[in-house]
Amino acid sequence: MSTLKVPTMAEMFASGETPDILFWVGCSGSFDDRAKKITKAVVKILNHCNVKFAVLGTEENCTGDPAKRAGNEFTFQMQAMMNIQVLNGYEVKKIVTACPHCFNTLKNEYPELGGNYEVIHHTQLIQDLINTGKLALKGGGTFKGKKITFHDPCYLGRANDVYDAPRELIEKLDAELIEMKRCKTNGLCCGAGGAQMFKEAEKGNKEVNIERTEDALQTQPEVIATGCPFCNTMMTDGVKHFEKENEIKVLDVAELIANAAEL
Amino acid sequence: MVSIVIFALLLTAGTGFFVFNAMKIRSNILLGRDLDRSDRSSERWKTMILVALGQKKMFSRPLPALLHLLIYVAFVITQIELIEIVADGLTGGHRTFRESLGGFYTFMISFIEILSLGALIATFIFLSRRNLLKLPRLNMAELKGWPMKDANLILIMEIVLVTCIFTMNGADEVLLSAETGEPLSYGFLISSILGPSMFGGIDAHTLHLLEQIGWWGHILMVFAFLNYLPYSKHLHILLAFPNTYYSNLNQKGKFSNMESVTAEVTLMLDPNADPYAAPAEPTGEPQRFGAKDVTDLTWKNLLDAYSCTECGRCTSSCPANITGKKLSPRKIMMDTRDRLVEVGDNIRKNGKDYQDGKSLLGDYISEEEVWACTSCNACVQECPVNIDPLSIIVDLRRYLVMEESKMPTELTGMLTNIENNGAPWQFSPNDRLNWANED
Repeated sequence: MSTLKVPTMAEMFASGETPDILFWVGCSGSFDDRAKKITKAVVKILNHCNVKFAVLGTEENCTGDPAKRAGNEFTFQMQAMMNIQVLNGYEVKKIVTACPHCFNTLKNEYPELGGNYEVIHHTQLIQDLINTGKLALKGGGTFKGKKITFHDPCYLGRANDVYDAPRELIEKLDAELIEMKRCKTNGLCCGAGGAQMFKEAEKGNKEVNIERTEDALQTQPEVIATGCPFCNTMMTDGVKHFEKENEIKVLDVAELIANAAEL
Repeated sequence: MVSIVIFALLLTAGTGFFVFNAMKIRSNILLGRDLDRSDRSSERWKTMILVALGQKKMFSRPLPALLHLLIYVAFVITQIELIEIVADGLTGGHRTFRESLGGFYTFMISFIEILSLGALIATFIFLSRRNLLKLPRLNMAELKGWPMKDANLILIMEIVLVTCIFTMNGADEVLLSAETGEPLSYGFLISSILGPSMFGGIDAHTLHLLEQIGWWGHILMVFAFLNYLPYSKHLHILLAFPNTYYSNLNQKGKFSNMESVTAEVTLMLDPNADPYAAPAEPTGEPQRFGAKDVTDLTWKNLLDAYSCTECGRCTSSCPANITGKKLSPRKIMMDTRDRLVEVGDNIRKNGKDYQDGKSLLGDYISEEEVWACTSCNACVQECPVNIDPLSIIVDLRRYLVMEESKMPTELTGMLTNIENNGAPWQFSPNDRLNWANED
């Protein structure tokens, strides 16, 4: 039995309550076994800090991001309009999500279709919880002094200029943040964006995630941190390709923080 | 007098032909679809000043940025000297502004000389990076043939131009003392040394000739360069300014919203819509979804194509290209421009509705290239003049998917899953919250 408290929007609404923030879990966070762990880490943090949040649960639908990137604007807009009806029905004002693709779509592409929300990435929310004293880290936990490199998700970094929040969190762990040669605006994609996650790559001489994992390995990290479930998959596969999975962990920033706060 | 007439004719023909070609380019760009970029003008000016005038984005690669800056500043400042050349040419005078400007004139010419020397050095380094060091991004497949020749020709023209400036000033310096018989000098910082050491002891007649060769050579190169521009990749020296002014100012992750689709989707989701109602009268010409040819792209995409100077920063940062895929964002821009020139010429020759049976997608850009993109925005980030190859790639995908239903089979499955299950994978929507109760 899980000890997580995960109220749904429908439950809250029925009891006449309004959450402060909606946690948009996303398809990956809901269905992918690895990404579910990230989702739970986020919920642990939200529960610990007594954040009044809710999820849409079965009322949540794909944002339509992969459809839009694949060129199917019809499917995208159908998804968007349905989601906006649900979100506006619950009078949602603020959304947090652990997926940069959902983050980008909700934040940038929903407003023109009638969905106006304040949308933040989970690293920004956690940063805020720490800065306002709601979340205390117990001296960095198991990651103290460890070498951690951060892989910038394209849809968080270049697409939305969020570079600092995840890095500040890693520094809060008392860990040694080592940048890859290609980082921040210059960061290399993991290979999953633009609907590539769902198809074989075109013919080339290398997989993009292998190229990116090589960048990460050059920093000789103990942890490769990221803030996107798709990047996580790609980097995990890359680390396995080099048979380094016993030495190097690929973790989401939320997992690092939940661990350091002993949640 | 003859020389004044020749100069006036050259000036008229040189600028006239350039204006004629510039109008052609303008009409080609306007073949693109409408896009409103008339908003946020103060932000646009700021972007243009930082990115085009200040070359902010060049400096992510400091060495080429510095070399490029040398040529750029020399080019801009030398235009001041051009004012005098035109004045001299039209009046038959010689160094028209020297007397009235006095010491400032000497300073300006000396300043121009220093910049010209810097530009000359930079040009040689650029030539060797391209031809001797063979930098990967300057030697890729899409540059074979004309683009490579084009790039070298521009650099050679630069060398000829600077040589002319120094021949003119150097010969003039020696002439001054040769004609007066006294050791006089204009005091031009470089040619007062270079002149005597190269042309010292030469008779006055030959020196006059050398000075004239330098003068005419300079102005002829300027006219040649001006009229070469519309045929070369080098238009960025002018178009960088409008192109950065009309930049996309939204977050890079925001893809354009297709309003034609919004209208249909809204209707589909409207419970009060009458399914048997007669369709609304179509307004305007029906547009295809996405882009098959250059005329389906926006005018900004087309301006982007003309602004590209083929530096390849986009391609060298493209994850698909780095890992050996066919996609090269630079090639997307080059193909768009080449096709646009072809379409524009066809229209001027054969009328507005002429079809040559070719299209950007298929004849220039292959589907394989279009599908290799990860939409990571690295190309957009890297471009020193804010070109957006990604928006062209996305519009080509939109055409393939929405008009022809052509896409990699796995994507068909993904899209079906989204439509049926609300997720890109085949999971039941009812299981979406199961994670909350799993250990």
